Amino acid sequence: MKYREFRLTGSGGQGLILAGIILAEAALLDGKNVIQSQAYGPEARGGASKAEVIISDKEINYPKIEECDLLLALTQKAYDKYINTLKADGILIADDSVKLDIDSNSDIKVYSLPILATASEKIGKPMVTNMVALGTILAITDVVSQESLENAVLSRVPKGTESLNKQALVEGINLVKKEKRIDSYETC
Amino acid sequence: MADRKVVLMQGNEACVEGAIIAGMRFYAGYPITPSTEIAEISAAKLPRIGGMFIQMEDEIASISAVIGASLAGKKAMTATSGPGFSLKQEGIGYAIIAEVPCVIVNVQRGGPSTGMPTAPAQGDVMQARWGTHGEHSIITLYPSTVKEVLYTTIRAFNLAEKYRTPVILLMDEVIGHMREKVELPNPSDIEIYNRKKPTCKPNEYMPYRVKNGDIVPEMASIGDGYRWHVTGLVHDETGFPTNDSNIAETLIKRLVGKIENNLDDIVQYEEYKLDDADEVIIAYGSTARSVKAAIDILRSKGKKIGLFRPITIWPSPKKQIKELAEKVNRITVIEMNLGQYYLEVDRIAGKYTEVAKFGRVNGELISPKDIISFLEEG
Repeated sequence: MKYREFRLTGSGGQGLILAGIILAEAALLDGKNVIQSQAYGPEARGGASKAEVIISDKEINYPKIEECDLLLALTQKAYDKYINTLKADGILIADDSVKLDIDSNSDIKVYSLPILATASEKIGKPMVTNMVALGTILAITDVVSQESLENAVLSRVPKGTESLNKQALVEGINLVKKEKRIDSYETC
Repeated sequence: MADRKVVLMQGNEACVEGAIIAGMRFYAGYPITPSTEIAEISAAKLPRIGGMFIQMEDEIASISAVIGASLAGKKAMTATSGPGFSLKQEGIGYAIIAEVPCVIVNVQRGGPSTGMPTAPAQGDVMQARWGTHGEHSIITLYPSTVKEVLYTTIRAFNLAEKYRTPVILLMDEVIGHMREKVELPNPSDIEIYNRKKPTCKPNEYMPYRVKNGDIVPEMASIGDGYRWHVTGLVHDETGFPTNDSNIAETLIKRLVGKIENNLDDIVQYEEYKLDDADEVIIAYGSTARSVKAAIDILRSKGKKIGLFRPITIWPSPKKQIKELAEKVNRITVIEMNLGQYYLEVDRIAGKYTEVAKFGRVNGELISPKDIISFLEEG
């Protein structure tokens, strides 16, 4: 497996820990080994939030991530703090409100996408930001199957919000489909 | 039959899952990070299966309620972190001398005092052994994976019942909070040990007499109709206090001996790549995970190194550590403190081999990189 270490960062209240849990559960449904962990401050909202997921075909011993294969950064603060933890040839998915300073010679694959705006304006529910973000991760990597991700989403979200969350996932996938940088993306 | 379910589960969640399989029907606690989920999930689950959850006013009340529930015949547990573990020591000593089975979980965080609430540490290893006063032995188990948390919690209850003693389940923030794959066992496949109850007539019951062939006295539940005096004072076979020096010595030696004389049953450990190893690391809990990752890297560079991981950390696996010490050139104890278990390993192994230590107290899990650079550069 090419990508195994995912770091999802942003601010508290964006649902990144739930997104991490859902990504991990999807990988579990695909038969992979997985570890999910998180770090957060004492605040309920607004503080820095970080969820980590390791997915592997093999047994995972060390449960923490040093350099990640994929960094999701939904806020400037999170980007500034964690961009140096991304592998030299890793994938960056940043909200398009985040100002990037990636060197043009860098091997980092950059996706700057309107994740927050898609949730709050297009769908009209900022609370599904995490699902839009998961959609982008699904479309950019093939780390989990779409079926497993959908099942994991549906088993974790509150009753009555299933179609809203599924719609958000699809909007996330579509954000990537529109992005020209993708050469090899085929399925979904 | 029912498919064995594979789930993503947090360490703290697995602890409750295991406890319920083992028969826990009473939980009293005062929530504290990073153990809070154990209280939360117990509160959600116990009432649905005929159990009881009480949020107490403090930690001493919690351990006292747990002891009371166990005396009344329920399997009982409380969970805490360092600051609460300090407060529970009084009750732990009471449960030792009164021989009351119970499980005390300590999900360790940085200390001393309130320290670093959300950061992992392994600073309570010696407190688990000697936190309560007076001569005693204690069983302390320390799992390293979420799956192992589930099974070790079951084992903690079984040992508590079998040896009529409090059992401490040590964890750390890393194991408590991480989520990992767990295959849920079929409860009917799990061996559950229940305390032996008296069958004699109530007026013949001697609550602290050990029958021939038994390890501990039979335990009547309060309310069963057997009269029974329970005290923290040294007591004779009737349960009433005494200052008789012979009885005191016999009692304390029996309480220590019921654990120390049954090490083969109590001690559990894992050996990782030890077969041809000339150098060994001893580590436990989450640190052992980093050590395994480091060993895999060092092995790929040709180093013959392995891990010895005590799961039962108290009583310590003395025999196994001594045997290792006689075979290898060096033992390094790696832990998230400044050398607590090192003291025990050095005591056992120091005569036979070089014993080194590597510890961190910065609130972060020691990384494989740290371990490799310590071992390579010393």
